[in-house]
Amino acid sequence: MSDGLMIEVANLTKRYAGRTAVSNISFTVGRGEIVGLLGPNGAGKSTTMRILSCYLPATSGTVRVAGLDVFRHSEEVRRRIGYMPENNPLHFDMRVREYLKFRARLKGLERKQSRQRVDVVLEQCSLTDVSHRIVGQLSKGYRQRVGLADALVHEPELIILDEPTIGLDPNQIRSVRQLIKGLANRHTVLISTHILAEAEMTCNRMVIMKEGTILAADTPENLEQFMTSKSQVLAEIAAPAEELKACWAEMPEIERYDVSASQGEYFRCALTPRNGLDLRPLVFAMVRKHGWPLRELTRNRHSLEDIYVQLTRPPEEEEES
Amino acid sequence: MQPYLTLTRRELGTYFLSMSGYIIIAAVTFLLGLSFVVLLVKLQQEPTSLPITEMFYITQFFWLILLLATPIITMRLFALEKFSGTFETLMTAPVSELEVVLAKFTAGLVFYVLTWLPLLACLLIVRHFSNEPAALDAGVIASTFLGILLIGGVFVSVGCCASAITKSQVAAAMISLMFGTSVFCVGVLADRFPTATGWQAELLSSLAIFEQMHDFARGVVDTRPVVLYVSLTLFFLFLTLRIVESRRWK
Repeated sequence: MSDGLMIEVANLTKRYAGRTAVSNISFTVGRGEIVGLLGPNGAGKSTTMRILSCYLPATSGTVRVAGLDVFRHSEEVRRRIGYMPENNPLHFDMRVREYLKFRARLKGLERKQSRQRVDVVLEQCSLTDVSHRIVGQLSKGYRQRVGLADALVHEPELIILDEPTIGLDPNQIRSVRQLIKGLANRHTVLISTHILAEAEMTCNRMVIMKEGTILAADTPENLEQFMTSKSQVLAEIAAPAEELKACWAEMPEIERYDVSASQGEYFRCALTPRNGLDLRPLVFAMVRKHGWPLRELTRNRHSLEDIYVQLTRPPEEEEES
Repeated sequence: MQPYLTLTRRELGTYFLSMSGYIIIAAVTFLLGLSFVVLLVKLQQEPTSLPITEMFYITQFFWLILLLATPIITMRLFALEKFSGTFETLMTAPVSELEVVLAKFTAGLVFYVLTWLPLLACLLIVRHFSNEPAALDAGVIASTFLGILLIGGVFVSVGCCASAITKSQVAAAMISLMFGTSVFCVGVLADRFPTATGWQAELLSSLAIFEQMHDFARGVVDTRPVVLYVSLTLFFLFLTLRIVESRRWK
């Protein structure tokens, strides 16, 4: 059994009749990590998760959960996984406690143990107040928590949540995210989402997918850093254009500069750094030295949003911009 | 074993959590009541040597119940779960396909037998008010219910199979209704052409569940239909299992 790795996906491909949903992806998830599968709709996130949870077989490649092959040791793997599918299907005719108890028993918990665990997860997901209500009559936020409680009820090592916050209002999203974050120390969590902010807030690591392939996989910080290294600094300075140009040309930290006329006597300078430096202090020092008026100094920050958009944008849009 | 029992309980409970279970029971009870009325009218007209159960059987409401109730009972089993997506949560729980199929079949069959219980009440009423206690013999009742159970097993397993094929409950019901009606028609054929000879006749008569059920109602338990029904049930359950498993080959 491979130590420390909860999920190992190697060269995974999944083809449906005439369509490749996932093509030759590989990634690993360590124990205790919260990893976000991020990508636009139809990127293959759900398919990957379904394969991980033994619902669908892979066309080729190997997938291991806790060192066990998902195809050959399917039942063993399923015992270790708490999976909440997309749209969170539930039995709407049952009461909350009854449903969770049914699920706990189905997952092989003893009668007494299942009663205890149901109480624990009801508490954990703040469902105690509604435990006697019928699932179908609950609000979407509560239903989502019922789905989460179901995924947690047998204390699985790995929790797989497919779009856990879809269709919730902002407050509900916040509470579900809090809940997911709270799982971090005891479980490994794999969540999928097409909302970047969500992955950014909850995950230690992100795997960005598009059209069945992995485009990038790293921590949110690293991904961000990767992009900010190319970020420009904008400064509006009232000074003769020629002098400005001469100044920028002298500075070794600046790779490229562009000076254009702005309102009044101001000039707009767009400066690209050479190696990821933040140019703002240098620009400020320069302006002070010459005594030029400065009315704007901003760094064109590339947020994760930009990376995400850039990576996953459909080609036709790219051409337009 | 535990998942099987848990699932069976849940499946059986579902019939009583929604209106559908009660509607089926009400409908079957109504049809049984009709045949009870027919029976009482007949008994008033002239004395008969037939066992009461056989008289019940030949009122023909029996087939109406079997043909109509089983598709309705079974259509939900897989189709609804596939439609609502709960099939995914079910199959990603550590349960085997066999347990799922057996649990659903068991629940369907038990519910089917439950809908027949009012018949027992009718029979007891007849016994209570008739002067002839021998008219209703425990053995005959047992063989009638055995027949009901065995034929029900075939129809319920066909229903399971139909429900596993599709996401649509309506389609599932139609498929099993079509099967039921075809079997019924084969029975009618065998009944209409009793003079046909050769293998066709043999085939028809061995498939004539019509006639065979008549035997059960008469109190005659022949091993041939018993074997036929049990093997048909097993065959359709096997088919259902394969269909459920097929998700893992695709």
